[in-house]
Amino acid sequence: MALDKATVARIATLARIRVGDDELEPLAAELSGILDWVEQLMAVDTENVPPMTSVAEMTLPMRDDVVTDGNDRDAVVGNAPRSTRGFFAVPKVVE
Amino acid sequence: MSELTDLTLAEARDGLRAKKVSARELAVAYNDAVEAIKPLNAFITTTPERALEMADVSDARLAKGEARSLEGIPVAIKDLFCTKGVLTTAASHILDGFTPPYESTVTEKLWAAGAVMLGKTNMDEFAMGSSTTTSYYGPSENPWRRPGDNRPLVAGGSSGGSAVAVAAHAALAGTGTDTGGSIRQPASFCGIVGLKPTYGRCSRWGVVAFASSLDHPGPMTRTVRDAAIMLGAMAGHDPRDSTSAPVPMPDYEAALTGDIRGLRIGIPKEYRVDGMAGEIESLWQSGIAWLRDAGAEPVEISLPMTKYALPAYYVIAPAEASSNLARYDGVKFGLRVEGDSLGDMYEKTRAAGFGAEVRRRVLIGTYVLSAGYYDAYYLKAQRVRTLIARDFAEAFERCDCILTPTAPSAAFAIGEKADDPVAMYLNDVFTVPADLAGLPAVSVPAGLSDGLPLGLQIIGRAFDEEMVLRVGQVLESAAQFTHLPSFVAG
Repeated sequence: MALDKATVARIATLARIRVGDDELEPLAAELSGILDWVEQLMAVDTENVPPMTSVAEMTLPMRDDVVTDGNDRDAVVGNAPRSTRGFFAVPKVVE
Repeated sequence: MSELTDLTLAEARDGLRAKKVSARELAVAYNDAVEAIKPLNAFITTTPERALEMADVSDARLAKGEARSLEGIPVAIKDLFCTKGVLTTAASHILDGFTPPYESTVTEKLWAAGAVMLGKTNMDEFAMGSSTTTSYYGPSENPWRRPGDNRPLVAGGSSGGSAVAVAAHAALAGTGTDTGGSIRQPASFCGIVGLKPTYGRCSRWGVVAFASSLDHPGPMTRTVRDAAIMLGAMAGHDPRDSTSAPVPMPDYEAALTGDIRGLRIGIPKEYRVDGMAGEIESLWQSGIAWLRDAGAEPVEISLPMTKYALPAYYVIAPAEASSNLARYDGVKFGLRVEGDSLGDMYEKTRAAGFGAEVRRRVLIGTYVLSAGYYDAYYLKAQRVRTLIARDFAEAFERCDCILTPTAPSAAFAIGEKADDPVAMYLNDVFTVPADLAGLPAVSVPAGLSDGLPLGLQIIGRAFDEEMVLRVGQVLESAAQFTHLPSFVAG
């Protein structure tokens, strides 16, 4: 599976990672190399084989729907690069 | 004093209880050792003062006869475990300055058992790698050197810093995480014991996530007994991790009976791969002979899906990583690069914050999960994963555990394999299957190749760490691996 530059640019946008134009070509070659190698999976007959959803055969536990944690506003925003009055601060998103 | 760092964890524990040594003396000796191995770049952060404070608490408990299981034992923590108030980086630029306001379950359990923290160890960025060379903080260096060759060698990875610290006698034990081999492969490269427990045995809560269905925290130690002691403290059900298993906790140390008579040891024929070094094949044969001599019965088994484990892994792990790493956006913690808009800030922050290997995997993961490719790649890989788990289930009808080499080579030079991602991925060919199937596996140092350590691996049934440890210890006793690396602290 050979990826072209446009596809790499599209994936990078989906992944929210800025990739310079000069990097698209080498990155396309690199990612295509990995995907080519992964292609060998297509040789496996997986007809009627369910995809694995959990490696441990257990049902997810349930718990009461109650508040067990919280009131830690300062700790929650304590690591933010920018916060103001207890909120995360980001560039303006609404005009 | 220097001989204090030559003790095993079990010996140090017994020495502390017999009052032959104090926890403070041990902490001082290990703080010095951590300082002495600085050229190997095993630690990202050291916490010598905290070590002394914790040691003093341990001494007070020891004096009162209230010693807990790891009372006064100095340990090194992989920098993927969140530690309250102590910088936690995952070896990534994007977590610059992140100081968790909480403690991971595994480290919380270690401190509750009386362990003493020496610091946070180096690793591949976000645990993505097999060499500890993708760290933002530079590569760790293996304390071993090839005889007559001064080139620095990789520590293996991703838990390379913990492996180096333990191998160079700068910690009695370390924590690691194993997603594709990240505990066992560096253990093999550095000549120590590395145990990947069953998925769900050790809580992932507070461990920076790489691939959630594959991440296994576990111990790295100098002996199998030490691994059993560490696992006893680290493991156990945790309601905060929904995949943590609510199963009973055995006494792992008591499982080390040395008696493996009558056990059937599976030898998978598919683990003979092209280009594998002759020394590895002959070490494997020695391992078979040692276990036979101890009364076990080797049986040939087949794991036909083995060759598809790595390609399946390199779809599933990047897919999960691309989703887990979405949280690094410059808003909640770590690095931010300002931008004209929110989107611009996200893209610039993530471009600056992720290294080349992390970016590669996030992009691969994004691609295989994107519309039109999800079925072809992701679902296909998850179906193959089901088949890999079935292979093991069928094999375990014919055997009690499985013996294989840990890695297809000994440690290589720093910089080798750096320009070919797939060549680097092949390091994990023997370790990845047990991650995909969630099975417990231990690597035990078993011999030297060209002066460098090689490990053998025992894989067991789910939640049968006792068997893995018992057989591992018999292997350890037979191998008599007493070699030391060229760089040892003390």
